[in-house]
Amino acid sequence: MIDVVLLFFILGLTAGLLRSELRLPAALYETLSLVLLLAIGLKGGEGLAKQALAPLLPQLGIVMLLGIAQTLIAFYILSFVGKLGRADAAATAAHYGSVSVATFAVASSWLISRNISFEPQLIIFLTVMEVPAIIVGIVLARGLSKQTDWRALAHESFLGKGVTLLIGGMAIGWAAGPDGLVPIKGLFYDLFKGALALFLLEMGLIVARQTGELRKRGLFIIVFGLAMPLLSALLGVACGIAMGLSVGGITLLTTLAASASYIAVPATIRLAIPEANPALSLAAVLGITFPFNILLGIPIYHWLAVKLTGVMA
Amino acid sequence: MTLSAEKRTLLTVITESVIEEILLKDMERLGVRGYTVSDARGRGGRGVRDATWGEVSNIRLEVICTRVLAEAVLEHIQSHYYDNYAMVAFLQDVEILRPEKF
Repeated sequence: MIDVVLLFFILGLTAGLLRSELRLPAALYETLSLVLLLAIGLKGGEGLAKQALAPLLPQLGIVMLLGIAQTLIAFYILSFVGKLGRADAAATAAHYGSVSVATFAVASSWLISRNISFEPQLIIFLTVMEVPAIIVGIVLARGLSKQTDWRALAHESFLGKGVTLLIGGMAIGWAAGPDGLVPIKGLFYDLFKGALALFLLEMGLIVARQTGELRKRGLFIIVFGLAMPLLSALLGVACGIAMGLSVGGITLLTTLAASASYIAVPATIRLAIPEANPALSLAAVLGITFPFNILLGIPIYHWLAVKLTGVMA
Repeated sequence: MTLSAEKRTLLTVITESVIEEILLKDMERLGVRGYTVSDARGRGGRGVRDATWGEVSNIRLEVICTRVLAEAVLEHIQSHYYDNYAMVAFLQDVEILRPEKF
């Protein structure tokens, strides 16, 4: 049975494609994303309070390298196969090297509803995988030029909404612990699925708006939007197995690798590589990769994790 | 009653909200002392910008100042942002009270 939250996404998508009048207030979308980010952070922090943090450091190094490798591969494909200009290739590659919190939320809800557990550090992975791709993307577009205002960009990427709320939520969850979180459980845990459902309704509407741009861009970008997540998933699954994660953890890491950012990266890249066309990256990420991942990708990544860990054991 | 209104220039810039912060910093550096920013929606050469989510939202930035300063700001944003960002900017003459404020 398809997850009920995905039915909301399909509703939004259908309504958008049929040009329905349906429109969610922008403030609601902002509020929902704030609740989702904090909820994910709190959950991670609560889990992390129960374990030692030092052994996680090498794992963080591995996932950062994963993000960097994905960006470089995507850049290579986009510029040599897709024949995109340097700025566009670098900008789009940065989106694919980074991660999508919404995709992560859908995947974790998919796992939880099937009673598959995953390690709490996956939420730290989500946070640290946001940034390296942005830096690699900018260097690919610009070289290490002095013109780039690295301070402003670091501020933008490390103190953007997503990273601030994820780290803040983790810190609160870690400090409060399971008992301390009881009073706010109602909002952040019990209502999580409802908030995710509404959020995905809006995502469906946003995705539907990408069709015009996709039609203009043609086949390459569609194929790239499908092939890149699958390629990244293979890297992700390999990293997950190398780290000795559980099946649930491998599934989530694979989903993270396969996902592409559409909030943190576009905002920073728009400032850092202004000559790149933002419509191109967003059409691929939102029009193809995001719906593919949440509708088909997650079950595939879970299947991969089950098969490959079975082989290893 | 006759008002002793003086002439100043109103500079209006409609652009992507993603560059709001750097634009305001630039303006302050050029000597702008006050401004008003509001959220905006619209359609133009870069498609529909309907503010339904962050990436496609616009702002409308208004500054009342002297003609000289308004032209300097306009020239600056034209050379720095016109090529790569959705942007419309224009000047209008306005009459104001309290000239020392602008």
